[in-house]
Amino acid sequence: MIAAKNIHKAFNGKQVLEGISAVFEEGKTNLIIGQSGSGKTVLLKCLVGLHRADSGEVWFHGVEYTALSRRQRSGMRRQIGMLFQGGALFDFATVEGNVMFPLTMFSSLSKGEQRDRAHACLERVNLINARKLQISELSGGMQKRAAIARAISLRPKYLFCDEPNSGLDPKTAILIDALIKEITVENSITTIINTHDMNSVMEIGDKVIFLYSGKKWWEGTKNDILDAENVELNEFVFANSLAKKARGMM
Amino acid sequence: MLPTSLYRLNFFTDIGRYLLLMRRVFSKPQRWRIFYAQALDEMMGLGISSLAMVAIVSIFVGAVIAIQTSLNLMSAPSYMVGLATRDSLILEFCSTMIALILAGKVGSNIASQIGSMRITEQIDALELMGINSACYLILPKMLAMVILAPFITIFSIALGIFGGLIGLALTDYLTVEQYIEGIQRDFTPYYVTYSIVKSMVFALIFVSVSSFWGYSVRHSTLEVGRNSTRAVVTSCICILIFNLLLTELLL
Ligand SMILES: Nc1ncnc2c1ncn2[C@@H]1O[C@H](COP(=O)(O)OP(=O)(O)OP(=O)(O)O)[C@@H](O)[C@H]1O
Ligand SMILES: [Mg+2]
Repeated sequence: MIAAKNIHKAFNGKQVLEGISAVFEEGKTNLIIGQSGSGKTVLLKCLVGLHRADSGEVWFHGVEYTALSRRQRSGMRRQIGMLFQGGALFDFATVEGNVMFPLTMFSSLSKGEQRDRAHACLERVNLINARKLQISELSGGMQKRAAIARAISLRPKYLFCDEPNSGLDPKTAILIDALIKEITVENSITTIINTHDMNSVMEIGDKVIFLYSGKKWWEGTKNDILDAENVELNEFVFANSLAKKARGMM
Repeated sequence: MLPTSLYRLNFFTDIGRYLLLMRRVFSKPQRWRIFYAQALDEMMGLGISSLAMVAIVSIFVGAVIAIQTSLNLMSAPSYMVGLATRDSLILEFCSTMIALILAGKVGSNIASQIGSMRITEQIDALELMGINSACYLILPKMLAMVILAPFITIFSIALGIFGGLIGLALTDYLTVEQYIEGIQRDFTPYYVTYSIVKSMVFALIFVSVSSFWGYSVRHSTLEVGRNSTRAVVTSCICILIFNLLLTELLL
């Protein structure tokens, strides 16, 4: 479980997050939705500590993460997997090298076991045949999938995904969503996903938080989202489903 | 443009940030085995790839110094040319000039490499795994260059002296025998020590300063270019200042 309490964050006097409080539950896929620029990435980075929030607290399972020292935090971070919006794969290694990287750094597995684990992760994202490629040789979607494989290689307790399926074709997008959901339930991970894809919301939105102009505007599950009486939320949902219909007709 | 007073402020904050970064760099690597492997890789990548350039520059400069010295010392004893060429190569050229050249080549390489890792969030990814990214990325490069520096210096001295020989063989200011007699005269081994110590300090300077500028990149690709230029300029200035200090201290 992860709890955010009253998080504020501004950049150069521009308020991006204004008092966000939320609870993200274990074994569930928690979605943060909102239009581009609404502060989803900034919120995610505040939660994992890549941005220091101006005020507010982040709690991981009863530990106040924001109050830890750098050293204590880096111990904690081994339990965190993160998928960056741009992938953030290491260009000094191959696909396989990227997935093995956290294992070589932190696990006590033998070289062979590390490779087996990396291959298992690559299998899950359907990249096993691309394992010898350099990062520059991958397509955008392949990079996303390689990054997911890297994020799950150490079996994290917390998984953060910044737009895991943007830039993927609909079929792969659904596969990725299903994969994240599966891993989450299987290992009772606390998963937080940023997205603006309504498909994902309807598929895996165990809990949905809607950000609007830096505030938490609405909170619920995928089942309440269509009946919600919130103007801005409806606009967001409707815009997306219209696009979805258009895609269905083509 | 920033007003000068503001720039002066930046100068001191930059030094502060540099020192803070160095404090993070000099810490225990996560895994020693990986650290040594990285350092070995960096030796290949950064050092060995510079040898060709060091060789060319050393031979040509050695030749020019020998020819100029023989022109200037027409009336002095003939062994003076070899002696003067040797000593100016050892004392100044092969440590300081080569360090300046490497600061340009290796320094801009390091700064742009680390800078692009910053903007593609690879550094964030390292930090998020609980890895000290400063130590992981910078320490192996420092170790690699500091270990290589003495070899590069000796390599450059040898080729410079050889270049002098070629220069004189191609012209007729002095015979090769007179030159060879000169380079064996009054040899002071301490000069080589001094040169090697300098080159190691310079390597430490340009690797750390360039890494600092790469690491300071924040958001845009434009910054990568700008900071790698800054890396070279700042490294060169620091090398020149330390050259003066070390000369005062060691000679
Ligand atoms: N490092 C930064 N410095 C200054 N402003 C920033 C920074 N990062 C984000 N912002 C601002 O914060 C706001 C929210 O950005 P954020 O990246 O969180 O949006 P997002 O919801 O993730 O959008 P998208 O769906 O396009 O990824 C934007 O207006 C952006 O300009
Ligand atoms: Mg974003």
